[in-house]
Amino acid sequence: MTEKLVVVGAGMASGRMLEHLFEANPDAFDVTLFGAEPRGNYNRIMLSPVLAGEKTYDEIVTHDANWYAENGVNCRFGETVTRIDRKAKVVFSGERETPYDKLVIATGSAPFIIPIAGKDLPGVMAFRDLDDVDAMAAAAGKPNAKAVVIGGGLLGLEAAAALRLRGMEVVVLHLMGHLMERQLDPAAGYLLQKELEGRGIKIHCKAQTKAVLGEERAEAVVLEDGTIYPADIVVMAVGIRPETRIAVDAGLYVERGIVVNDQMVSSDPDILAVGECVEHESICYGLVAPLYDMAKVAAKTLVKEDAAFRPVETATQLKVTGVNLYSAGDFAEGDDREEIVLRDGSAGIYKRLVLKENRILGAVLYGETADGSWFFNMLKKGTDVAEMRDTLIFGQAYQGGGQLDPMAAVAALPDDTEICGCNGVCKGKIVGTITEKGLTTLDAVRAHTKASNSCGTCTGLVEQLMRLTLGDTYNPAAVQPMCGCTDLGHDDVRRLIKAKGLKTIPAVMQELEWKTSCGCAKCRPALNYYLVADWPDEYADDYQSRFVNERVHANIQKDGTYSVVPRMWGGVTSSKELRAIADVVDKFNIPTVKVTGGQRIDMLGIQKEDLPAVWADLSKAGFVSGHAYAKGLRTVKTCVGSDWCRFGTQDSTGLGIRIEKFMWGSWTPAKVKMAVSGCPRNCAEATCKDVGVVCVDSGFEIHFAGAAGLDIKGTEVLGLVKTEDEALEVIVALVQMYREQARYLERIYKWAKRVGIEEIRRQIMEDTGKRKAFFDRFVFSQKFAQVDPWSERVSGKDKHEFKPMAELGFPQAAE
Amino acid sequence: MSDWIEVGKLDDIPQRGARCVNTPIGRIAVFRTATDEVYAIEDRCPHRGGPLSQGIVHGAQVTCPLHNWVFSLETGDAQGADEGAVRTFALKREGERILMDASIMLAVAAE
Ligand code: SRM
Ligand SMILES: Cc1cc2nc3c(=O)[nH]c(=O)nc-3n(C[C@H](O)[C@H](O)[C@H](O)COP(=O)(O)OP(=O)(O)OC[C@H]3O[C@@H](n4cnc5c(N)ncnc54)[C@H](O)[C@@H]3O)c2cc1C
Ligand code: SF4
Ligand code: FES
Repeated sequence: MTEKLVVVGAGMASGRMLEHLFEANPDAFDVTLFGAEPRGNYNRIMLSPVLAGEKTYDEIVTHDANWYAENGVNCRFGETVTRIDRKAKVVFSGERETPYDKLVIATGSAPFIIPIAGKDLPGVMAFRDLDDVDAMAAAAGKPNAKAVVIGGGLLGLEAAAALRLRGMEVVVLHLMGHLMERQLDPAAGYLLQKELEGRGIKIHCKAQTKAVLGEERAEAVVLEDGTIYPADIVVMAVGIRPETRIAVDAGLYVERGIVVNDQMVSSDPDILAVGECVEHESICYGLVAPLYDMAKVAAKTLVKEDAAFRPVETATQLKVTGVNLYSAGDFAEGDDREEIVLRDGSAGIYKRLVLKENRILGAVLYGETADGSWFFNMLKKGTDVAEMRDTLIFGQAYQGGGQLDPMAAVAALPDDTEICGCNGVCKGKIVGTITEKGLTTLDAVRAHTKASNSCGTCTGLVEQLMRLTLGDTYNPAAVQPMCGCTDLGHDDVRRLIKAKGLKTIPAVMQELEWKTSCGCAKCRPALNYYLVADWPDEYADDYQSRFVNERVHANIQKDGTYSVVPRMWGGVTSSKELRAIADVVDKFNIPTVKVTGGQRIDMLGIQKEDLPAVWADLSKAGFVSGHAYAKGLRTVKTCVGSDWCRFGTQDSTGLGIRIEKFMWGSWTPAKVKMAVSGCPRNCAEATCKDVGVVCVDSGFEIHFAGAAGLDIKGTEVLGLVKTEDEALEVIVALVQMYREQARYLERIYKWAKRVGIEEIRRQIMEDTGKRKAFFDRFVFSQKFAQVDPWSERVSGKDKHEFKPMAELGFPQAAE
Repeated sequence: MSDWIEVGKLDDIPQRGARCVNTPIGRIAVFRTATDEVYAIEDRCPHRGGPLSQGIVHGAQVTCPLHNWVFSLETGDAQGADEGAVRTFALKREGERILMDASIMLAVAAE
């Protein structure tokens, strides 16, 4: 008598297994196939094109009624297996019993539904089978229908793109910082996000979903931060877990999936398992390639032939028409690993290979994926690529091909890119004038186009354009690159951030063709500052790219403790403030209290864990952070001035306090220190500060570009103004000009030397329109900057910074 | 004999950041890279004792916050011209859970 084979789950893995089985021996078993879905096997992968309307269901059916009939399969579609009785060797589907000699479990996975309020409302769905697709398509049929897709992984993005194609308004909520973080690094994630946004899909990363709102059915999704997105349907695509319920109930050995050996046999010798429900050597798979290998092995095992399943590398491709994306292997960084990165900012291409000992470990390709399988092949084989290393990244066709061109980024800029911000000159104009007028020197270009004629920040770019137009005959002055991650200098990067509207670090790195994937400790803080300064309202400050002092808002000391310096506006204090400081010092046993060179009080030697508590007490007494750690406004020293001093000509204390209260919290390229003296005796030492004011009878003499640290240099006089209001406007405008133009870590005196004192005087003192515009931009940016970082942290922001993650005792030695 | 104990979840650590684990043998810094690799090293710079957990993380390296030495998270070796190394500790990830081999502590303590 033929043996009875029962298969639970009519999906892709079991379908393939039956094909192999019938090929090997069509008469070995009497087969019964259960499927919870009311249909036979179809190509589940192709559900995305079906949802997008690019394919029909009929086109993706892999086994039709004829096939099952021809192979004598007893089909039980629409029938869920609820229990296995291993002793009696029968399976139950409800009341009905079906005996087996061999059983194959191929139940696939269940979509993971996040346990939030409203998850059970009608309109909330997963994306797993044809019924889900039908439900989504029906919802998309209504006019102005809105969808929220939770999950920015492979599945979620395919759903989002498809629903968008059907005309829905689509928002994707993604918990992590960039899309498809499991397959992509941040740079490729950025390109993908840009592409999808270009199609009208809204992407919200770092989104913590709180609940689905609605009475009768889903109406909206609300996030932890309070954002609300209206939704007719909510698609949860946050992950899958192996569907193992019947196996667990039957007492089979199950970890995350049903554990099998190399022959696909479970802990019961008569029960096999294949597909996503399986765990082999601690790995569960979610892509079909390895499942097909399992299917082949299981078929052989059933007909008693030798075969063994071996773990395999997997490669992914996103099936969204028009998006080319490929990722394979392991692309994490490591120190014995090297990476080769190729970026083409204008064509939106990003390729990254991770190598170890001259063998490819991982590949991420975006924009141009033709070489994906070539790389993947070498990855699987462990091919030694030493010979072709230099040209490897260019792909198979280019073997023996060219070198990276350091001018590529500039060459790729569109003609209307603004190169000179001061005079509003774009690339087309510069290149055009060079050719028309036959210009060959920088001065000639300056004279004819006005580009690079003012602050000079764009000089590097203008010279590169000359090189591009004139060829090797023009030799631009060598620019000092920002760091080893790029060939561009600080000025070029600053100009291009503005000109190209780059608003995130990955965007800068991609568009400006960075040579590393994650930057370094030199370029990341600089880029973070440039983005904060240029897009105060839009840029999300990247704390991981800040030096620790600016991250934890205190100064790290040589022993790893911190010092805390509260603001003491203009150096003026009171008994109440001093008492509060005394109390904090006692309460937290602070070892040293010192009056600083900046007219305020420093508490030194505080444990990092205590910082939030110290700040809480200081905040209660009205103190805010003194930013003694910041590339930002530090102190405004003052003298007693006309309030007390017999020589005082103006209220220097009052003006100093006013300036400090107006400007605190702003980030600057390097630290900014100021002082206001009441008369030319200059007791506040205003003439060696970044910005100083010396009060005189006729008004206020504004000084700048002094130094008294590594270098000593007296200030330059910017000009004389009559009123306090004018003094404030001039100072603010000057600092804003510096914020917009200087290189990271460049103090005002160095910037002024580069740009020219005259030019600064012209823009700030003479051109009142410019001055007003600088002033207004500073005021705008203060709206987002003037938040006391201490009280923010007292109320819980960045909690993780201040607490150890775990405390471990000595482990108990095993008996 | 290894003795794996959970020290936290992946999401407890920001990407390109670190958290500390206090142990009887001193503070250990657990790092998470941009690509979600995790590494554990001694939180003490061999130069002058800087807390490496407070440094900027780039690739699988960290720059010490005190005087900018750069260390490999994988091998613990100082990079470039600087010479020195920090002790590294084995970590294991099980899904979101990060586990550390606690038996090493006995071994270190016994040294
Ligand atoms: C606390 C203080 C010394 C004091 O006890 O008086 C101090 C302490 C430090 N100074 Fe300063 N400077 C202090 C006033 C000054 C002054 C005088 C002043 O502000 O009037 C100067 C000269 C003016 C100037 O800024 O150039 C000064 C020039 C420097 C420099 C050289 C900067 C330069 O470009 O030339 C550095 C190094 C740097 O910034 O790279 C520095 C760096 C430092 C650092 C931050 C060193 C570091 O990187 O860790 C010290 C931090 C100790 C801490 O945790 O508090 N400190 N430092 C003063 C704090 C003032 C405040 O209330 O904020
Ligand atoms: C939209 C989408 C796109 C995808 N794209 C890709 C891709 O591009 N590349 C790729 O490699 N992979 C892709 N996948 C994943 C791929 O489809 C799966 O890996 C594959 O289908 C898993 O095969 P399986 O046989 O293990 O499970 P399934 O194909 O899910 O089959 C399991 C079947 O068992 C049934 N079942 C479960 N429990 C019972 C029970 N108790 N009784 C009876 N029947 C039961 C289920 O209803 C289901 O029909 C995609 C998946 C989806 C949903
Ligand atoms: S002068 Fe400034 S940097 Fe130098 S030791 Fe004193 S506080 Fe530190
Ligand atoms: S203590 Fe780390 S570099 Fe000096």
